[in-house]
Amino acid sequence: MLLAAVVILFPLYWMAVVAFSSRSSLSGGGFRLWPEQTTLDNFRRVFDSFPVLTWFGNSLAIALVTSVIIVLVNLLAGYAFAHLRFPGSGVLLLVALSTLMLPVQVIMVGLFRLVTDLGLYGSYWAVILPTAASAFGVFLARQFILTIPRELIEAARIDGASHLQIFWRIVLPLSRPLIAVLFFMSMLQTWNDFAWPLIALRENALYTLPVGLLFLQGQFGPDFGATMAFALITVAPMVLVFLLAQRWFVQGFSRSGLR
Amino acid sequence: MTARAREALAGYSFAAPTLLLLGVFVLLPLGGAMAISLQETNGFGEGTFVGLDNYRRLVQDPVFWRATVNTALYTVLVTPAAMAIGLGLALLLNSALPARGLLRSVLILPMAISGVATALMGVLIFDENSGFLTEAARVLGLPQIDWQTHGPAAFASVVIMTLWWRVGFNMLIYLAGLQGISHELHEAARLDGANSWQRLLHVTVPQLKPQSFFLVILNIIYSFQVFDIVFVMTGGGPERATTVLVTYAYDTGFVTRDQGYAAAIGVVLLAVTLVVTGLRWRAERRREETE
Repeated sequence: MLLAAVVILFPLYWMAVVAFSSRSSLSGGGFRLWPEQTTLDNFRRVFDSFPVLTWFGNSLAIALVTSVIIVLVNLLAGYAFAHLRFPGSGVLLLVALSTLMLPVQVIMVGLFRLVTDLGLYGSYWAVILPTAASAFGVFLARQFILTIPRELIEAARIDGASHLQIFWRIVLPLSRPLIAVLFFMSMLQTWNDFAWPLIALRENALYTLPVGLLFLQGQFGPDFGATMAFALITVAPMVLVFLLAQRWFVQGFSRSGLR
Repeated sequence: MTARAREALAGYSFAAPTLLLLGVFVLLPLGGAMAISLQETNGFGEGTFVGLDNYRRLVQDPVFWRATVNTALYTVLVTPAAMAIGLGLALLLNSALPARGLLRSVLILPMAISGVATALMGVLIFDENSGFLTEAARVLGLPQIDWQTHGPAAFASVVIMTLWWRVGFNMLIYLAGLQGISHELHEAARLDGANSWQRLLHVTVPQLKPQSFFLVILNIIYSFQVFDIVFVMTGGGPERATTVLVTYAYDTGFVTRDQGYAAAIGVVLLAVTLVVTGLRWRAERRREETE
């Protein structure tokens, strides 16, 4: 077990070692398990040569907007599929869920063309909208909202509440754990997404962090110090959030119909 | 308007935003990809209709076959390994162990890390000139392995980094399953004289069937779609040794801009995904029926 933990932690540790080592000590060869001298030179070099803060902001904005959209539309759909009766709901749910099997990679050429035709290519929305089209949240939301007792909803209906009021006053407040898990998972996924932003974004100034990371690796070539300093900047926020939030993340995962 | 009509109206309007997004950004491009796969086009302006030419070309394209074999090999290596290691770790973590919470946090940590960053860590470790393994082998006087220029070694390095990235998730799902197994079953088996290996094989593993099924499907789908790790770590090289279907489709569609051909690769990938998961699904149903 300890061995497994070491194996998992080592690459992260090594990334940090390289990020904080001076350029000369890295190119000099030789083997050591910790930096000879810690230095912030690599970080300075990255910030001087690239719009790191802009990329950081892009990543944050895209991840936040996408996640808010996902949570909102998936919760609405989850409620509809869990508690509302309308003709064709079974078929629609099946169609929605079957898109889970369809990865962006299969449709990337078609999606690229569509986004270009819509005049979105190269904009934030080119990344946000296709990423927000996710059926996994519908599945999760439906499973969760099904556990809200039907009597509660019926009672509200008898009191004359509209469907929107029921959603707003009963379903939403009771769905807080679901919202938290769904929002966090969407943030994680969007923040780390690479293939689609790589295709959809054209200008350097709109890059997200993972795309910028690759761009920077191409520019710096074998400058491991700078690349790892930037990788560390990319990875750190999500790792921190993950460590803080993972207790209920794990609970949410095991509660939400995966068993 | 009757209450029933109102309910139906609410149902449609609540489901509409999600269905609209999925329709426009998933189903429409899927249709688009199928249409484009019948054209020759660079992605700008109108393409020319070429019928099934792209598919005919695929059949004769050695790189396509190489990418297909590599994707299959990757799937066959990653799926059972990720599940077995995940189960092993979940079993260990489920037993009485000091600092369980901390260990679990560490093991699932890679879930928070992007594929690009994972791949870059892979470069750092497997680089032939100054990577960690090269340096370590030099210090210990072990033979050097050509992680980047030797095909099979490069393939292995990609698989290893994938496992590093994926094992925690597999463990997490198994851990959730293990906590749902009642102690009485184990007690009963123990009283019947089953040793711990037999209990694992005949009590625990069958009880974890839903989790295993879920993970097989998920690992297969993930493996078919592998992109970030290969793209960043090896770029598909050396000499196509690590080229998989998705990296090949990306190169074709967005580097050489042969988008019709790239769309055809995507359509084939989808067909293979559907067939494999469909077969797995049927096998599962049949097993449930016979039990």
